[in-house]
Amino acid sequence: MHSKPAILELKDVSKMFPGVVALNQINLEILQGEVHVLVGENGAGKSSLIKVLCGIYTPEEGQVKYHGEVYSPQSPFDAIEAGIRVVYQEFNLLPFLSIAENIFFENIPRKRGFVDFKTLYRKTQKLLDAVGLGVSPQTPVELLGVAQMQLVEIAKALSSKSKVLILDEPTATLTSREIDTLFDIIRKLKTEGVTIIFISHHLEEVFLIGDRISVLRNGEMAGTHVTNSITIPEIVKLMVGRTMDEEYPFQEDVHTGQTILEVNDLRHTVNSEPISFNVRKGELLGIAGLVGSGRTEAVRAIFGADTPHSCDLILNGQAITIRTPKDAVRNGISLLTEDRKSQGLILDMPCDVNITITNLEAVSKHGFIQFKKEQAIARKHVDELNIKTPNIDQWTRYLSGGNQQKLVMAKWLFRNTDILFFDEPTRGIDVGAKYEIYLLLWELARQGKAIVIVSSDLPEMMGICHRMLVFSNNRIAGELPREKFNQETILSMAYSGYLHDSSNGAMQTGTA
Amino acid sequence: MNAKKISYLLLREAGIGVALILICIFFTIAEPKFASYGNLMNIFTQISINTVIAVGMTFVILLGGIDLSVGSVLALCSVVAGMTITHEALPVGVAIGLAVLFSIIVGSACGLFNGFVSNRWRIHSFVITLGMLNIARGAALQISDSRTIFGFPEAFSKLGAQTVLGIPIIFGMAVILVIIGTIVLNKTVFGRMIYAIGNNEESVRLSGHNTMIYKVAAFVICGACVGVASILYMLRLNISSPILGVGFELNAIAAVVIGGTSMMGGKGSLVGTFLGASIIGVLNNGLLLLGMGDFARQIVTGLIIVLAVVIDTYRNRILNQLQQT
Repeated sequence: MHSKPAILELKDVSKMFPGVVALNQINLEILQGEVHVLVGENGAGKSSLIKVLCGIYTPEEGQVKYHGEVYSPQSPFDAIEAGIRVVYQEFNLLPFLSIAENIFFENIPRKRGFVDFKTLYRKTQKLLDAVGLGVSPQTPVELLGVAQMQLVEIAKALSSKSKVLILDEPTATLTSREIDTLFDIIRKLKTEGVTIIFISHHLEEVFLIGDRISVLRNGEMAGTHVTNSITIPEIVKLMVGRTMDEEYPFQEDVHTGQTILEVNDLRHTVNSEPISFNVRKGELLGIAGLVGSGRTEAVRAIFGADTPHSCDLILNGQAITIRTPKDAVRNGISLLTEDRKSQGLILDMPCDVNITITNLEAVSKHGFIQFKKEQAIARKHVDELNIKTPNIDQWTRYLSGGNQQKLVMAKWLFRNTDILFFDEPTRGIDVGAKYEIYLLLWELARQGKAIVIVSSDLPEMMGICHRMLVFSNNRIAGELPREKFNQETILSMAYSGYLHDSSNGAMQTGTA
Repeated sequence: MNAKKISYLLLREAGIGVALILICIFFTIAEPKFASYGNLMNIFTQISINTVIAVGMTFVILLGGIDLSVGSVLALCSVVAGMTITHEALPVGVAIGLAVLFSIIVGSACGLFNGFVSNRWRIHSFVITLGMLNIARGAALQISDSRTIFGFPEAFSKLGAQTVLGIPIIFGMAVILVIIGTIVLNKTVFGRMIYAIGNNEESVRLSGHNTMIYKVAAFVICGACVGVASILYMLRLNISSPILGVGFELNAIAAVVIGGTSMMGGKGSLVGTFLGASIIGVLNNGLLLLGMGDFARQIVTGLIIVLAVVIDTYRNRILNQLQQT
């Protein structure tokens, strides 16, 4: 059926975690010497698939075959030994060493026990020329820009002869010219027989460089196609699939009120495009967009967790300044961070301590903690949110993911702020707990609070939000009222900031 | 307090407590003079100064920092206090009172410097306090013109020898400080914040707190404790000298570590620190009585520190399991 043999075969591969299925019966063939593009929404399973191939994850079910033989790497080292290399989105570079030392870290050329710098720099220069990076091999990596680091990573991958090269979002930080150079390198590697797996959000790149494309959706393989035989709208449809099976009954009795917070001219750096939007009482405002599109950065900037270049806020008609989370909380704004474990909870302290941390004045008198009062409050919140814990003394480390998330909510409910930002409130949580959280959000809206939800779960947001903002490439690409919610529209908006204005290639624009 | 909580607390503190008791029993058997009234008073007095410094050090280490300057700051405080006490123009009572006040102020000021600089510019306190170690020592030598200060008023010397119910005042003050510190750490908002920040500063910051204030406060407390320790030391020696306190930081850190406080921050107690200081003092005294030389004693103390920390890791594992049930 294929002209080339399969170099990698995944048969019924499944990877599961408590409460979450990352990969579900994946069947995939990667042909020798092809460029195979992998696409899918956030959380579709692309990273998990890569981790299975490079030895970080071991699948619970199924089998992987490499060159026709069973392949089960126990560590990334095994994968590298086998000739499978990954270039990650997050760089694995050592900032204080030079480019050359980074690239040849695993096998620095030696001469009589000393480092052979001459050979080192000569070999490095050759690689840098190949990727089109015009800096000296002796440059310390910390001085490089993000795009340059990406090229160093690619050069590093080139330095060792790999049979399969996996590139995870390699073009995210590159300019068109650098992308052209990268694609030339890829084409050259093809002629040398290297197989390339390419993950990207930039759909038009599929047609420029990919031979075949596979679409992942919800941990399952939605389809593999030869790139000539598919269009972008069709790809988007595969990524999105049927509309959600589960119901998110929308609460009709919740009415949105007046604007409580105006965000104006929010800019991360001096060159960023300004972001402006309003938040209303009694409203669930959703913020959609791809990973890295600037959603988390925006809410963190508003909350004072990070310092942006500029951010003008008007709360209840009055201008306010927020420089730290303390300012934000005092102004009645709370943020449930994306990372609940390291930023939302103190894992090695009990539940009640974690709940009252947002308002110790309320459980203390003259500086002394009123333990009985604190315990009563903790018990009340634990019961109201149905948090499963043997007792309130339990360290939060030992709660399940869903219960940890509910505990973080409990602490902000205790503070009772008027505006609540939730960053990925249901990530990694089982269906039952998710539904409880939705009910909680509606109850808060009913009380007149303003709620902003950043989530990668599009069906979820479409089910429960009154209004949706779509971020793309660090700016707002669109705003939709509930009546106009449409998965394909939203996804197209989410991608719109990344589509380069190229007039070459077999690109077909989707309907906006 | 249910059975589980009691057993948790016991395990947390008991390890060192039991070790201390065993060591005492051992020494009493090996050398009966150990348990004599005179010798025990000696031990109490010796432990006191290290305990007071270690109390302050515990606050700093609970937040993941360290203070290497305590020995030098002790010398500086004692020199300032000594000069105040021996100042001709002041009546005795006022002189002593001012000396105590100045000692604590100087110590706190050094602590403020340590805390502020390391937090404002995000430099690890190891480096900043290393600098202060030299600064304070130099300042002490400069101010005192490298000379010992003596000739303290009789009232002061008498105070040093005082006992209450047979226990030296110096020891009593150390114990009182441990008690006050324990109450602060366990019962107050400030203490709660210290443990919380020590465990996860970012989470606390994102909950709406200014964490820097607490981090600086811990160093000020440490400096104030050094100021108190300096007075206690002067009560014992009856002199001030710019060369006092060399190496005191190591004993203080050892007491904190043996007492079970984690260098990563967030876990530990003052009772543990007190027991840690007691073990060091008892060991030193007992081994000396048994005829061990200075160097051998140092080796043994070092080995005990290592042993204590290794045992601690096993203890933590069991503690975590207790937490899970």
